[in-house]
Amino acid sequence: MADIDYLKEKFLSDISQASDLEQLNEIKIAALGKKGAISEELSKLGKMAADARREAGQIINSVKQDLNYALNERHATLAKQALEKKLETEKIDVSLPSRPSVHAKIHPLSRTMEEISAIFSDMGFVIAEGPEIETDEHNFTALNIPPEHPARQEHDTFYLKPDESGERPVLRTHTSPVQIRTMRSKEPPIRIIVPGRTYRSDHDATHSPMFHQCEGLVIGPNIHMGHLKATLIDFCRSFFGVVELPVRFRPSYFPFTEPSAEVDIGCSREDGGLKIGAGDDWLEILGSGMVNPRVLENCGYDPSTTQGFAFGMGIERLAMLKYGIPDLRTFYDSDLRWLHHYGFMPHDVAGLHTGIV
Amino acid sequence: MKFTLNWLRDHLDTSCSLNEICEGLVSLGHEVEEIIDPAKNLSDFRIVEIRDVNPHPEADRLKVCSVDDNGTLLQIVCGAPNARAGLKTVLAPVGSYVPGIDIVIKKSNIRGQESNGMLCAFSELELDGNSDGIIELAEHAEIGTSYIEHADLNDPIIEIAITPNRGDCLGVRGIARDLSAAGFGKLKSLDASECSGVFDSPIHWELAQDCKEIVPRVTGRFFRNVSNGDCPNWMEKRLNAVGQRPISALVDITNYIMIDLGRPLHAFDADKINGDTLFIRRAENEEKIFALNEKEYTCTSDMLVIGDKDGADDIAGIMGGQRTGISNTTKNLFLEIAVFDPVNVATTGRSLNIHSDARYRFERGLDGESPDSLSGYIARFVQKICGGEISHVVSVGDGVKWQRKITFKPELTRQLTGIELAHTEQSNILKDLGFVVKHNQDNSWEVMPPAWRNDVDGEADLVEEIVRIAGYDKLPMVSLPATSVVAKPVYSHEQLRPVLLRRMLVSAGLYEAVTFSFMAQSDAVLFDGGEEALTLVNPISSELDCMRPSIVPNLLQALSRNMNRGTKNIRLFEIGPVFHGTKETDQTLSCSGVLSGDFQYGDWQSNARSVDVFDVKKIMEQICETLSISSHSLMMKTPGPKWFHPGQSATMMLGKIAIGSFGMIHPEILREFDIKAPVAAFDCSINAVPKTRKKSVARALFKPSAFQTVERDFAFVLDQNVSASSLLRAVKAAAKEQISDIGIFDVYEGDEIGHGKKSIAVKIQLTPSDATFTEAELQQISNDIIKSVEKQCLATLRG
Repeated sequence: MADIDYLKEKFLSDISQASDLEQLNEIKIAALGKKGAISEELSKLGKMAADARREAGQIINSVKQDLNYALNERHATLAKQALEKKLETEKIDVSLPSRPSVHAKIHPLSRTMEEISAIFSDMGFVIAEGPEIETDEHNFTALNIPPEHPARQEHDTFYLKPDESGERPVLRTHTSPVQIRTMRSKEPPIRIIVPGRTYRSDHDATHSPMFHQCEGLVIGPNIHMGHLKATLIDFCRSFFGVVELPVRFRPSYFPFTEPSAEVDIGCSREDGGLKIGAGDDWLEILGSGMVNPRVLENCGYDPSTTQGFAFGMGIERLAMLKYGIPDLRTFYDSDLRWLHHYGFMPHDVAGLHTGIV
Repeated sequence: MKFTLNWLRDHLDTSCSLNEICEGLVSLGHEVEEIIDPAKNLSDFRIVEIRDVNPHPEADRLKVCSVDDNGTLLQIVCGAPNARAGLKTVLAPVGSYVPGIDIVIKKSNIRGQESNGMLCAFSELELDGNSDGIIELAEHAEIGTSYIEHADLNDPIIEIAITPNRGDCLGVRGIARDLSAAGFGKLKSLDASECSGVFDSPIHWELAQDCKEIVPRVTGRFFRNVSNGDCPNWMEKRLNAVGQRPISALVDITNYIMIDLGRPLHAFDADKINGDTLFIRRAENEEKIFALNEKEYTCTSDMLVIGDKDGADDIAGIMGGQRTGISNTTKNLFLEIAVFDPVNVATTGRSLNIHSDARYRFERGLDGESPDSLSGYIARFVQKICGGEISHVVSVGDGVKWQRKITFKPELTRQLTGIELAHTEQSNILKDLGFVVKHNQDNSWEVMPPAWRNDVDGEADLVEEIVRIAGYDKLPMVSLPATSVVAKPVYSHEQLRPVLLRRMLVSAGLYEAVTFSFMAQSDAVLFDGGEEALTLVNPISSELDCMRPSIVPNLLQALSRNMNRGTKNIRLFEIGPVFHGTKETDQTLSCSGVLSGDFQYGDWQSNARSVDVFDVKKIMEQICETLSISSHSLMMKTPGPKWFHPGQSATMMLGKIAIGSFGMIHPEILREFDIKAPVAAFDCSINAVPKTRKKSVARALFKPSAFQTVERDFAFVLDQNVSASSLLRAVKAAAKEQISDIGIFDVYEGDEIGHGKKSIAVKIQLTPSDATFTEAELQQISNDIIKSVEKQCLATLRG
């Protein structure tokens, strides 16, 4: 069996010297292919005597196994080398910029309204809406604003051309007419907020002819001013994310509430900047009060058995204070640079579970 | 409302500090707007005497002064021409802040001469006075004393906002009364006794019959032989402090009383009144009055005026006339104390556009008793200052009907506010405010507000008075009772739609804008709007004179502004109201956007792609998908509205409902808005999109097909005017059950297929339902598709 030993050594040597997979495959065919040297040795077995055949067969098969093992080993090595070589050629400069994508932001007013909604949602409020072109009755009379009140003048209120009946529709000057609409269409209990557009005939650095308000109305058994206080303090602290935020209630006057209160939050001014929180100064933030019995009567409620509170706040003002936006007029200018600077990512959802500050 | 602390102390006996008083005012509902405390800025300035003056060796205009600062001799370099030995003046010592020149004084060396402070002129202290040189003080001024003490400037000025219901606090006494009720001192008494007078007034009133309603009470007195001149120094100081320019004693007295007691007066020079009667009447139409502000006013017949037989010379409650006004030589005075109808005064003031302190007080309502109750006090006050003799009172009017009775249950205070307050405490508060409280048998009270509180007319008003004085800090904090254990969304299903759309559109790369609800009528007309009913009577400007029929024009304006700032790639949208009429249902919610420039940006790998009509079509489809409407159910009706390119736009139909439109903006519209680049736009009416019925929370069971899907491609040649959507419909109709996906992967027009033709290549995906397709089945489906397309689109399979 000198031949077979020789073949084994030769092929093992060839295998170990094979430099690539192609060469290795040729060696495999030369050794173990149909017409390969080892296969030929096997085919000779048929002519041998039974004893010799068994012995030779065992030897040849053992050689075949050894060669297969060596081939597989070498194959793995060469394959690895080949892959490494390929990967080396595929190298690219990943410091190149990625593909450009379009991106955009949500307007800070929308964000602020979502934040307000999230906080009041937790207190059981729902949103109510109403038209922006209102009747004089809804916007003024039913809210106990008398006909001669200065707010009704053209320098304060926008009017549309008179209709067939001679009535001039008004652009609502506040979101309060939705209080009237809600109370006239629904029995208590009521717990609503009304975010929306409002209009006043003013245009300067601190006034815009259109701005946004959020009204609130709570009507229910035994709802008193203590509820108003807790609701608004909780709101202010949640909205600004300041747990210890000082909140001050000051007597004030609105025709549609009695008693009325203006609400201030604590702040401090340092180096021209404003910081919301405990400080030596106050910022007026919203108006509120117990719904005036006349307003309740105007809506068909009996003030001796029904009571509740209302409040109203300027959404722009809240956004300006919270996010440090200095100029009211910029809200409506649609300057892309401004929108990008003060806007919010769309997946940054305002909610009590996700956070609102 | 401005007053000084000492002025307040005339009426309020108090030991409270300025800070306590101011905090008290806020807690009472009188917002403190400003406190000017001269002591704060000027407390360092003290009186010194110049001992010796030598010329400065290095500077002609400067002097080197030796100054006696309460025993210490200081060298100070001074440039004032009036600096001289023996002069008593004011020193700003080293380290003090000089407000007039905004400088902190430092020890310095001026051209070789040491200077230890500054001698001050009035202007450097921000005070009125001759500022040609340093302040010259009288001989008796005491060296070392504080200048503000010496000059009696140590009287802080307080400015508060008075809410419109509190006319009674437009006088210092009213504010003092509020403070005293809240425990910040004791209201001093005012001598309201009558003053009988010593002669009959030679002038009397005549009230026109048709004015009785609006003139409830007017009194007057004649003052004989008064001497008008400068008002006393103390009064001048106070008037200056609150911003009233002193004029002459008689005029100043009327202004002083107005601020002191909230009681406007009108003074006539009696010698200038022609005849013995002052007529209170409605003006003649076009009757002219040359008023004290030196402007001529033309009255209308609804206005109330006062005058003699030569004509009207006083717009009642608003402003007097020049002809009968007080002059420096006035010898005889006729003084009017009136109450007029507030609404009439307000209306007249508004029509004539006169904003006077008198009008401000008249229209907020005056003390109904004051024409009589203050007549004596005021007469004595005038006499004290200007001398002369006082006449008996002449009056007209039946009196102001200010008396009211309110039945009040003190229990209401707790019920409305949650504050527990003893009944005695409540009634004491009301009494301190001047209310009369009578206890009934049944635990209720009869409460009568005082004459000066015409704002109080109901139980809730009384509660407000009580808790205002008791303090809002007593309000308890009570959380609202929970409404439900299950968290409810704040949004209704419908209200949620804009919220979702906003996030979708921003995710798609569009910035959210908020623009005005109004726009120029001339632009509105271009977008099917601009009807007269939707124009404003009183717009801010003609650019904002009409309610918008669409958001698109506002966004085009915004786009134009951004382009002018040099921005090229612009994607903006807005969700907001549009207006089709003045009825409630005419206001609908729109979601609109404009896009210009590149929609895909270019870089080192790929080229940029400009915005085209399919970008906005995609956005419209995404809007529908977001609102749970399958984009497969949409049909395109071409062309879109007239503001779009007629060949590159469509109205999107859901059955018979137009839910919006999209396309490239018409070049003529772009020209109107001065936009030089193509713009794509979409405009969806959110209200028009049907509300999808709320499905059950649970989903239908997931049943994936167990069988292999197969893809097949077809290319058809068809006439150019046959739409791609009709081709897809024809394909789909042939194998509705089997086609699970369908798409167009190529559109070709050109020589290969001939003029007027186009080739569209379609890829379909077939999914079997119960067994893998056989070759024969696939062949059958293909044949059906080809036949359907040939028939419905007059197309041929491309060879």
